Amino acid sequence: MSGDERWIHTPPRESATFDKHAIAEIHRAAATGIYDIRGFGAKRKVPHFDDLLFLGASISRYPLEGYRESCGTEVTLGARHAKKPITLRIPITIAGMSFGSLSAPAKEALGRGASIMGTSTTTGDGGMTEEERAASSLLVYQVLPSRYGMDPDQLRRADAIEIVVGQGAKPGGGGMLLGQKISERVARMRTLPPGIDQRSACRHPDWTGPDDLEIKIIELREITDWQKPIYVKVGAARPYYDTALAVKSGADVVVLDGMQGGTAATQDVFIEHVGLPILAAIRPAVQALQDLGMHRKVQLIVSGGVRNGADVAKCLALGADAVSIGTAALIAIGDNAPHLEDEYRKLGTTAGCYDDWHEGRDPAGITTQDPELTRRLDPVAAGRRLANYLSVLTLECQTIARACGKSHVHNLEPEDLVALTIESAAMAQVPLAGTNWIPGKGGPF
Amino acid sequence: MPTVDLATAPVRELNAALHSLQPSTNETVWRVQNPRGQHAIAVGLDAPVTVEIDGSVGYYCAGMNKQATVVVNGSAGQGLAENMMSGRVHVKGDASSAAGATACGGLLVIDGNASARCGISLRGLDIVVKGSVGHMTGFMAQAGNIVVLGDAGDALGDSIYEARLFVRGTVKSLGTDCIEKELREEHRMLLRSLLDAAGLPDVDAAGFRRYGSGRKLYNFHIDNIGAY
Repeated sequence: MSGDERWIHTPPRESATFDKHAIAEIHRAAATGIYDIRGFGAKRKVPHFDDLLFLGASISRYPLEGYRESCGTEVTLGARHAKKPITLRIPITIAGMSFGSLSAPAKEALGRGASIMGTSTTTGDGGMTEEERAASSLLVYQVLPSRYGMDPDQLRRADAIEIVVGQGAKPGGGGMLLGQKISERVARMRTLPPGIDQRSACRHPDWTGPDDLEIKIIELREITDWQKPIYVKVGAARPYYDTALAVKSGADVVVLDGMQGGTAATQDVFIEHVGLPILAAIRPAVQALQDLGMHRKVQLIVSGGVRNGADVAKCLALGADAVSIGTAALIAIGDNAPHLEDEYRKLGTTAGCYDDWHEGRDPAGITTQDPELTRRLDPVAAGRRLANYLSVLTLECQTIARACGKSHVHNLEPEDLVALTIESAAMAQVPLAGTNWIPGKGGPF
Repeated sequence: MPTVDLATAPVRELNAALHSLQPSTNETVWRVQNPRGQHAIAVGLDAPVTVEIDGSVGYYCAGMNKQATVVVNGSAGQGLAENMMSGRVHVKGDASSAAGATACGGLLVIDGNASARCGISLRGLDIVVKGSVGHMTGFMAQAGNIVVLGDAGDALGDSIYEARLFVRGTVKSLGTDCIEKELREEHRMLLRSLLDAAGLPDVDAAGFRRYGSGRKLYNFHIDNIGAY
């Protein structure tokens, strides 16, 4: 190459708009004629808890001694109306995930791990399995639009009831459990033929709107003799109004799920383009509770992308009473584990990126009904892993709370936080770091 | 016979009393007066008793019923006998929308008309409507039977799975993947038993037309995208 030739050709330049992923998706769409369906939650980068920092103690704030002074973590849910509220030892619950989307050992492992740590797990579409009930000291029973497996006896055996209006991965969307995951047992529980795709409805069959929801909640309370806490779960879309309407409808607990929340099978375009990041949803929901005089009386559980104890602490500081984890819990019991790399490669992916949960070929034995794959998951060992993980989350959250001088994790508050970006400062309504500026403060949500 | 007057006693008191009944109870017939459209009357029952309600009821009457017989001498609001598991529910008047929604077993008889989405997501209950039914009846119905002596509104059986629909009158339109099917002898026998159970021995089973799933949408296929 002569002296000037090196300057004739510019190096390859990837388009910021048509990046490799966008181009690959266009090729895939052109080849197949159908949208991409996958599991997991939103993968795009959105403002998240990493954009917040705790300030910690200083001259004007007095810290608590680590490893010595206590920092409470328990939370009681459902005291507004239920005769039997439930108390969790830690402010971290396991989100609803169905038997069908998950294997029976996976559901059992979630129950075992949650029970070791004194917290709850949650059923999903298709109803309650015996393994799950036996393994879970506290089990929340979901009432979903599909009502697959809905049974009043199971309702009465539950410790709490969760009416699912929506989920963060797909606010306004139903679900589809593809035929390859419909085993005889799954089909029987859902009263449908084996092997067919099972559509989970996006609307409840017997109520429409908040006035009806209020009556539906009364019916469920009557059936269970007003004993069970009743949650209402919504995807983060209009958190101020949805929270207010859930409270008006009589909910004991509001569950708010951000767009990073996982799903077993949803269109990629839905996962990535509908709903709010959880960071943007917590403060409006808390504001609704405060405006109604119901903050801490109606509990708020938030979810969608909680990964570590700092995330937990930030949710609580923003006003939540507890958090819920789904994707992180699956990872804790073995999803996307690096030792399965060879098998992920055979599926055309790699450990850390596997999201074809709907296909039923999960080498970890978690998002599958294949008997051979399912046997790979030891529910006892996997439950222990989940308990370990929950323990770490709790310890991390306590570590931060003590550093902020809090004797209970619920004493964390927005004043303990600053934001690293203008966007996260606006969404979390905390000052941009190094300033006293909260963008948009006082404006409409 | 125990009698509960809902003009003075709260619904909570009635339901609590019915829930506390033991299988061996000899209080097997209950009368409820002045329901006045209140909601969630006689819900979550699980005993072989009869509850007769004198008047019209609100939402979710007899919801999730097991074993019991509930008779409404009036009309019923939304979600009548929703998710019923077994037993018998009989409404002498009309029923609002979503009657028998998601219900799994037993028999629901409506002497008058039923509004929209009757038998939505049905999972095994038998429903006999002596009048007509509204739009989207049998939407996504999975199992069970819906018998309509009158007419059916728009989109009958939309996205239906394995439930069977029998209509004696006209059908305004069929929903997605719902087709008319041959009424064979086995279906006439089934209809006969359902009509007899509903107290209609004089109605000719041969006068009905049968509808059910075309089963074309059971597995998602791109060639069917226009049907959704």
